[in-house]
Amino acid sequence: MAKGKKAPEKILRQVPFCPGCGHGIIVRLVMECIEELGYNDNVLIGKPVGCASLLDNNLAVDTFTGAHGRNGASMTTIKRLKPDMLVVSYQGDGDCYNIGFSETMNAAYRNEKFTVIAVNNGNFGMTGGQMAWTSMPGQKTSTSVNGRNVELSGMPIRVPEMIAHSFDTAYVARGALFTPAEINKTKSYIKKAMQAQIDGVGHSLVEVLSPCPTNWGLTPLASMERIVNELVPYFPLGEIKNKGGK
Amino acid sequence: MGDMVKGNIAMGEAAIRAGMHIYCGYPITPSSEVMEYLSWRAQEAGRQFIQAANEGEAMYMVYGAASVGSRVLTASSGLGISLKQEGVTYMAAADYPAVMINVCRYGDGLGSLESGQTDYKRETRGGGNGDYRNIVLSPSTVQEAVDLVYLAFDLSEKYRNIVVILTEGALGQMMEDCEYPPVKEVPFYDWAFDGKYTHGPYPSQMAVDLHAKGMKNNEKRALITENEQRWEAVGVEDAEYVLFAYGIPGRVVLGIVDELRKKGEKVGIIRPISLWPFPQKAFDSINKNVKGFISIETADSGQMLEDVALYAKKKGFGNVPCYFISSPPGVPKSKYVLENFEAIKAGKVKEVF
Ligand SMILES: Cc1ncc(C[n+]2csc(CCOP(=O)(O)OP(=O)(O)O)c2C)c(N)n1
Ligand code: SF4
Ligand SMILES: [Mg+2]
Repeated sequence: MAKGKKAPEKILRQVPFCPGCGHGIIVRLVMECIEELGYNDNVLIGKPVGCASLLDNNLAVDTFTGAHGRNGASMTTIKRLKPDMLVVSYQGDGDCYNIGFSETMNAAYRNEKFTVIAVNNGNFGMTGGQMAWTSMPGQKTSTSVNGRNVELSGMPIRVPEMIAHSFDTAYVARGALFTPAEINKTKSYIKKAMQAQIDGVGHSLVEVLSPCPTNWGLTPLASMERIVNELVPYFPLGEIKNKGGK
Repeated sequence: MGDMVKGNIAMGEAAIRAGMHIYCGYPITPSSEVMEYLSWRAQEAGRQFIQAANEGEAMYMVYGAASVGSRVLTASSGLGISLKQEGVTYMAAADYPAVMINVCRYGDGLGSLESGQTDYKRETRGGGNGDYRNIVLSPSTVQEAVDLVYLAFDLSEKYRNIVVILTEGALGQMMEDCEYPPVKEVPFYDWAFDGKYTHGPYPSQMAVDLHAKGMKNNEKRALITENEQRWEAVGVEDAEYVLFAYGIPGRVVLGIVDELRKKGEKVGIIRPISLWPFPQKAFDSINKNVKGFISIETADSGQMLEDVALYAKKKGFGNVPCYFISSPPGVPKSKYVLENFEAIKAGKVKEVF
């Protein structure tokens, strides 16, 4: 029999994401890392606008209700005013890379010492699966019904690489969730990102390739297969930058 | 006697003295000296300062800063304040305090480098989506600007509401004598996020009882309306005409009224200091036989004029004609105002309301 693991104390109840959604796993990993690092009572999570709005009332930690895309700015002042607090900005890809591109890049550019968890599910999940900057060439979404035409809308965006190679930040990685081993790797990235913040090294960002079975129109299993076959070749997994601890 | 100080710098210093913890902003004429001054003064005083990438980002920084209970200031002008509005309405939804200075420049769009009062409606009606009000205070001297900025942080905290200091380029750039109040060191507010989940799921926008929140919003606005009306009035008890002007025009019109009254003319002025809440109580001392109300603004069409007409009606002056003297941009000239006033008295100008 598989060994059951106790849920982190600060998760009050299951967050009501769709079956097979990656958000649930990522939230769990984030909360496990916070607990294991000993920050259960000194943490603030920036909540985005997107499916992760559902975090409301389900986590027993201070949860800042961000404006859509703007948490790069709001987490900046929170961290500067409360430097000992662990500050985690949990964002969807539309939130973080589309509407919030400027705030995300500017916070990284200034090397603000908080941690971003960017959930790349290749669309705007919450609002019915519109095209995101991360949607793949040819991907059918509700605003690219004939498939994404990259001639008109650009190639999918890889913000982690942009940040890692352009700015003096501490830690950047991309993980996925399609096997227990990948989940564990992703967890280790999240933890290292938080540790970089705790050590005062600088800004950290972890992108996670995450299934959205509802809007992809696939089963949870087929969604994972799509990630392996279609997304990972374009969005390579692993640590992109690690400046190391102090 | 105090020192000669430029309005913008005086407001920056007043914020430090009021216990401001952090300033977030983006430069724009004619407000930039507020942030230029604070860029070094905040550090000297052990406070923080951030130059944001744009005014919108600055406002979301303000939003974050307020959430952990700090006293936070931003300043901008005209279109810069337009960019902030999504953040402003988020802060209203969360009942977060902050002080926002608008050193108004005249005009639509990019506007101009001239002083003006074209932002009255936006500031007094909230500016963003939804149904909220910012407290809006408008000074007419550098000393009053200092005193109002100092007060603004306390009011903002008392009501957990944004307070806007609506001033004009002319005042921001003007040098005048002023005395500073003492420096306060204020702790972070204890209702705010402390990382320990002390206050539970607050503010939870998705899950609140919207009806109950709406009723609470109404109560807060009624309380502010009752308690926070501020104005200066001269000669209204016997006035045949009452002139309304705020900020720099308020000061010009005070001078005009003073002169006319010395000549025996029955004219009065109400200079609103709080623009929201509008000082409707000021109507209580007005001569019941007044012949007309006149709003003088450095705006194209009457913005405050609408409030004058609205509260005139509420206070039983519904049949008194309301006129407008449009004096854009800059500082209204006494001669120009007087000529227009004479034309109104001579029946040559049609009332607006
Ligand atoms: C200013 C503004 N514009 C648009 C919206 C509508 N909206 C809400 S969530 C969302 C997209 C969210 O997508 P993403 O960040 O990828 O999150 P996901 O739901 O996919 O996790 C949009 C467009 C909004 N709430 N605010
Ligand atoms: S719509 Fe997609 S991202 Fe949102 S909860 Fe459902 S599966 Fe998850
Ligand atoms: Mg998404």
